[in-house]
Amino acid sequence: MGIEIVLDKCTGCGLCIKACPFAAIKIKDKKAEIEANCTLCGSCVEVCNFDAILIERPKLSDKDLSEYKNVWIFVELREKGVKKVSLELASKAREIADTLGENVGAVILGEKAKHLCNEIAAYGVDVIYIAENNNLSEYNTSNYTGILTGLILKYKPNIVLFPATHLGRDLAPRVAATLEVGLTADCTGLSIKDGLLLQSRPAFGGNIMADIISPNARPQMATTRPNVMKIQKPDFTRKAEIVSIPVDIDSKAMRIVIKEIVKTTKSGTKSLDEADIIISGGRGIGSADNFKILEDLAKTINGVVGASRAAVDAGWRPRSDQVGQSGKTVSPKLYIACGISGKIQHQVGMKSSDTIIAINMDPDAPIFDIADCGIIGDFTEIIPVLNEELKKNLCKN
Amino acid sequence: MKLIACIKQVPDTAEVKVDPKTHTLIRDGVPSILNPYDQFAIEECVRIKEEIGEGSISVITMGPPQARSALMRCLALGADEAILISDKAFAGSDTWATAYTLSLAIKKIGSFDIVFCGQQAIDGDTAQVGPELAQQLGIPQVTYIEKIEICNKHKLTIHKQTEDGYQILEAKLPVLLALLPPTSFQPEHPPMSSILKAKKKPFNVWDAKLWEAMNQNLV
Repeated sequence: MGIEIVLDKCTGCGLCIKACPFAAIKIKDKKAEIEANCTLCGSCVEVCNFDAILIERPKLSDKDLSEYKNVWIFVELREKGVKKVSLELASKAREIADTLGENVGAVILGEKAKHLCNEIAAYGVDVIYIAENNNLSEYNTSNYTGILTGLILKYKPNIVLFPATHLGRDLAPRVAATLEVGLTADCTGLSIKDGLLLQSRPAFGGNIMADIISPNARPQMATTRPNVMKIQKPDFTRKAEIVSIPVDIDSKAMRIVIKEIVKTTKSGTKSLDEADIIISGGRGIGSADNFKILEDLAKTINGVVGASRAAVDAGWRPRSDQVGQSGKTVSPKLYIACGISGKIQHQVGMKSSDTIIAINMDPDAPIFDIADCGIIGDFTEIIPVLNEELKKNLCKN
Repeated sequence: MKLIACIKQVPDTAEVKVDPKTHTLIRDGVPSILNPYDQFAIEECVRIKEEIGEGSISVITMGPPQARSALMRCLALGADEAILISDKAFAGSDTWATAYTLSLAIKKIGSFDIVFCGQQAIDGDTAQVGPELAQQLGIPQVTYIEKIEICNKHKLTIHKQTEDGYQILEAKLPVLLALLPPTSFQPEHPPMSSILKAKKKPFNVWDAKLWEAMNQNLV
């Protein structure tokens, strides 16, 4: 096995025992000893203050690559439910696995998550690996990395997909670096070409698309943005095999501790990336105050207010409201763009919306190229009228 | 207190244009700038050093020789020493290779307390080098940092942005921080006196030869 305790450095302090999520270390004669169920996940190496643990993971030869099978997804949860992006990943993983003739695996880490298995299975997952523990209720980099790395080393998936969310963009590179494999960020397209995962992503601020393959290492890993992959119709008669992963977490080993969780969006309200209606404003809105006009309309039609990068850079809206290449990707049923010129960087984040309405003073604004309905005019005149009419009609119904 | 900042020089993506015929990037004449996320990280790094009242800041980049200008800006903003890792052998490095090379440079510098990074660079937007570097250094990371509230020689109190709001975290040192500039962030332009002072600060250039030796010693 590729793990070694450097005996003259080990002090027997036991910190590694607390850090090991798989309970695979014990102290014998005042020195750490590794048990047979070690997964080489590396959680112990990070906490050891004496550099007393060495890990060398085996290097892959071409022959070993074929041992890696199945398409895995990491399932992100939100407010005890499954995040929409996780279902998008499951749908895409199913499609890729069918092309390869492989299975879809899903990893769920959380406090209590068994009740979510039926929903995840319905979107095409064959095997669910689930680890439940009080200390997993909130995401933390080290435990999540350790458990996921351990599972990947044990079960050898061919492909692992993560959501390109705050969580996924923190976790995936950490896991990739531990396994010494590549990782393609923010993919907008995934397919199979010559047996390899073809990963397409925007680069240079959305100005070009790059196609990337990872031929020499396994697993092939990528993150994908929310609202890019299509969700397939669920089949609730599907059943998945459930593999419970016993984990043992001692919070005392954590070097980073959550002291307080502050939610600025109200519990139960939709976040920008899961909203059905978005009313977005850009530079043309002119001031933070003018966004109230958009908020009034949002209230009437149960929408969420978004912003272009120009409006965020001007300080009119928080960065969490930003739609586009360096913000969020959204695909609501209705997207109303007010005072947004609609450069490619903004379009990347919203062009998959079902219906796009654009309001802009400039008849040459690129947003009109992708809008289903364009209005050339001043939003301060148009939106309040629209709002009043909608209020009347919605009251009638 | 030893502080290290990793930065990147990037093309100003707001200025990048696409050739309408060939659909490739027109890179000629596109100005290179210090990645704005990294400038914020440097400014915070300098603020933390001042708050603690002692310490030194080493700023590192891996890039072509012209990346010198981005490092000079960091020195003018208050960093104490610059290291440019530059060699044709490093051209085309992916995020893993970049993080690996940076990790060797940091190990060569020796002990450290905090590594500062920008959350992402505006050209690639991958946000991967920070966490990959933290892993290779064997230290924890905190990403999406909106604010460093309290800092002393042993621990930090940090605001980390989440999709629903933020978390207040306490982190022991050493740690790697990936910082997110506030929405109203405007990169500071250092005054002429600081630019002149920067020219007198230590500036090291390391290439792959030095590297091979390093690599053999470490692995």
